[in-house]
Amino acid sequence: MAIPFSYIIRNLITRKLTTLLTAGGMALVVFVFATVLMLEEGLRKTLVETGSPDNVVVTRRSAETEIQSVINRDQAAIVESQPEVAYGINNVRLTSKESVVLISLIRRGSDKSSNVLIRGVGKTGILLRPQVKIVSGRMLKPGLSEIIAGKSIADRYNGAGIGEKLYFGKREWTVVGIFDAGNTGFDSEIWGDVDQLMQAFRRPVYSSIILKMNDPTKFQALKARIEGDPRLTLGAKKESIFYAEQSQVLSNFIRYLGVALSGFFSVGAIIGAMITMYASVANRIMEIGTLRALGFRRNNILSAFLTESLILGAVGGVIGLVLASFMQFFTISTMNWQSFSELAFGFTLNSSIIIKSFVFALIMGLIGGFLPAVKAAHLSIVDSLRAV
Amino acid sequence: MHFLKLILRNTLRHKLRTGLTILGIIVAIVAFGLLRTVVDAWYSGAEGSSETRLVTRNAISLVFHLPIKYQDRIKKLRGVTEVTHASWFGGVYITEKNFFPQFAIDAKTYFDVYSEYIIPPKELTAFTTDRKGCVIGRKLADVYGLKIGDTVPIRGTIYPGTWKFNVRAIYDGAEAKTDTSQFFFHWDYLNESRKRVIARSARTTDWVGVYAINISEPSRASEISGEVDKLFKNSLAETRTETEKAFQLGFVSMTEAIVVAIRIVSYVVILIILAVMANTMAMTARERTSEYATLKALGFSHLFISGLIYGESMIIAFLGTLIGILLTFPVAAMFSAKVGTLFPVFGVSLETIYMQAIVALLIGITAAVIPAFRSAQVPIVEGLRSIG
Amino acid sequence: MGNSSEAIVHIKHLTKSYRRGEQTVPVLTDITFDIPTGEFIALMGPSGSGKSTLLNLIAGIDKPDSGILKVGGTDIALLSEGELADWRAANIGFIFQFYNLMPVLTAFENVELPLLLTPLSFKERQERVELALVMVGLSDRMEHYPSELSGGQQQRVAIARAFISDPVILVADEPTGDLDRTSAEEILAILDRLNKEMEKTIIMVTHDPHAAKTAHLIRHLEKGELDVEN
Repeated sequence: MAIPFSYIIRNLITRKLTTLLTAGGMALVVFVFATVLMLEEGLRKTLVETGSPDNVVVTRRSAETEIQSVINRDQAAIVESQPEVAYGINNVRLTSKESVVLISLIRRGSDKSSNVLIRGVGKTGILLRPQVKIVSGRMLKPGLSEIIAGKSIADRYNGAGIGEKLYFGKREWTVVGIFDAGNTGFDSEIWGDVDQLMQAFRRPVYSSIILKMNDPTKFQALKARIEGDPRLTLGAKKESIFYAEQSQVLSNFIRYLGVALSGFFSVGAIIGAMITMYASVANRIMEIGTLRALGFRRNNILSAFLTESLILGAVGGVIGLVLASFMQFFTISTMNWQSFSELAFGFTLNSSIIIKSFVFALIMGLIGGFLPAVKAAHLSIVDSLRAV
Repeated sequence: MHFLKLILRNTLRHKLRTGLTILGIIVAIVAFGLLRTVVDAWYSGAEGSSETRLVTRNAISLVFHLPIKYQDRIKKLRGVTEVTHASWFGGVYITEKNFFPQFAIDAKTYFDVYSEYIIPPKELTAFTTDRKGCVIGRKLADVYGLKIGDTVPIRGTIYPGTWKFNVRAIYDGAEAKTDTSQFFFHWDYLNESRKRVIARSARTTDWVGVYAINISEPSRASEISGEVDKLFKNSLAETRTETEKAFQLGFVSMTEAIVVAIRIVSYVVILIILAVMANTMAMTARERTSEYATLKALGFSHLFISGLIYGESMIIAFLGTLIGILLTFPVAAMFSAKVGTLFPVFGVSLETIYMQAIVALLIGITAAVIPAFRSAQVPIVEGLRSIG
Repeated sequence: MGNSSEAIVHIKHLTKSYRRGEQTVPVLTDITFDIPTGEFIALMGPSGSGKSTLLNLIAGIDKPDSGILKVGGTDIALLSEGELADWRAANIGFIFQFYNLMPVLTAFENVELPLLLTPLSFKERQERVELALVMVGLSDRMEHYPSELSGGQQQRVAIARAFISDPVILVADEPTGDLDRTSAEEILAILDRLNKEMEKTIIMVTHDPHAAKTAHLIRHLEKGELDVEN
């Protein structure tokens, strides 16, 4: 049997201030580490859940986003008549020809503006996105200068709240409804009638065509036919993949920044743990000698001190995760570099992040405690008994 | 002076602990400096831009362009000395990772307006006479090893196809803060090519992204801005004119959330190291309780004891910071080389160094507060009894 | 162990020296002597005479340079470090001048410590520890921490810790060196009982003649050499 756990715990409790400061340093590192992972996960979730795997987005082949894409009416007709297109109730063809542009809106309570994506949709647009629900007001009526705003936009931009008016394309547009798209990317959009928007912007072309497949397994055939058709210069992607790709640059940026910061910062916390553990060894040289004299082996001493620093790490991990969990109440909104438009996303905590952060904390403790523990285990019994 | 000698000797008593603490501070100071420099780099575009040059864009958003014929109408306004235009190309050089901006420009006027881009006259002539020529910045040339006469392929994301350009000139910045990671080519070349490809959709040709306007009297900037916008009020493409600085700051503000996050994180690292440093001082003072009690018994004041602790704390903080500041420069240079053209301007500012020094002072003082207070409070008799 | 005339400690031509910087300082030079089983022996001598070193060697926390060192029939000079640790746990009970209790553990937990190296269950350990603490007269102090006990009480906890695992030999290094007269008497009385009633062999290092008188046999060390047996 090893050195009792109570011995290790009580030694940490005896030196409250030191234990707390050391664990506190680690907690801050874990906080940064977990927060970054949560942000990346939030972004991923927002954009991945934006797309449905049954839906296909067709855009111009060279375009990375809908904004850069142009599809003329003839091309659109060809895409709509593909045999893989699903039919809904009343035999409605489940395709939506959409026009997507950016408009510059002023943020509430400031004079700063951001690019907000405005999407022109047809009647089927909402059928293809079952996650989109009108939460206040009503759906827009086709043929009128009416728009509906995503919930992330409505609160944060001048003129985007219900009943308010926005001016663009030489017209006034009334916000008649607010929609909730279940924390997906659509929450950061404004929707209007596609024909009205195209008229207002004098833009006779569509940006993208969204279609629902009657059989998702036939995607490859559909893709091959669309991309092989010489009349079309278009490409097809599953909607889920299309949106996941839009988050790539931002998500990589967050990840690299996060890894670099956590790595950098953890050096500080590990040094903190090392200082504490060296002192912990130095203060207890006589105790270590006594334990060895009583018949405890070097390994027992080593594991006792490693356990002590692992506990420091664990305490830091728990505090850091508790702090990080509060970040779930916050939403971050920034320009997505790829789509050039505003995107709001939250901090998402899941079990994988909890495990990763906790393991990260333990590793910091382990590295910080290793050298001191080895030192403790290698003290000579006679010398350490003599030390007062 | 005995006092200083005593502090210095105390500092050197626990060489390992002092060394580790200094190492921790170095890491934190470098991290802090680097993060601040990243934030500075974020604003460098705005920093390097002029307050006396005006930028005119489409009022809806940058996605919408302006007719080429606006150039002559703007030029006729009183106080306008020169007008040029630039259009975002959004191309990719080999892979997405190689990010740098490309603009299609008006070769005749652009470098008159942007006089901070310095080009040898011979090279400029070579550029203007080659329809497929391009001008690249010094940093771009260095990063990708490009030289005059090279052919650069750029794959268009907005304008399909792979475009080949000949490097005819390399520009240098008039100042250190000038962005030399840009790529310019003839708008005429882009426009002619577009006309040939899509003859029937004339709507996408003869349009430019933004106009840049030089004015004779900087004090009339806002007046002229208003006049430009009035000129095109109620036209198909209404304009929004602002100073170049405001225009650039608008970009930064779109990604403000990220800047804020980096700022916050830069303070977190300070907290981490503060915890480490405070811990070191707490342990040191704790171990010396009986020594301090002895000094008090000998007649030294509380102030003297506090002074010893503050002095030691300041010395450690000062040494760590000094080395940290010195190391910030090579680390920033390495970082800059690593990220290439992502941050066109990346340099440690004087302000950052001041901030680092202030942080050091704060860490040194704060870390000593509790230990100094505690040591001063301990009654002599109790202090003498305590061992380690 | 029944035969009390048999030597439990057998030492022949034992030498030990320490390196101090560049110099080698001899501590024990050619020691030869036996300690019979069940003996209570006091090792006396001025500081630096090597008495503590001799004790450490017998207790297996230090290694001799040369010579024979058999304790309880085992040649402990030949044991590996790990084996030596197990051997100590089974055969040696330690009593130190400064008690060497773990400050963060209660009296009960301190005494329990050596039993953690045995396969005993918690229930068995509890019974034994309580019994041991009763024996040293501290049954009402079990949940106290060392800082809440007087020096004499702490040393009694340390003695309970020393005999809890039922070792053959108890080694005591200046067990009364840090105590007042009354406490010292109590400690010596307990040691005497352990020797007489539980038949423990006790080897005690001391420079206090009064303490040494409790022992049945007194040997003197001077400059690393043992006096001639009287």
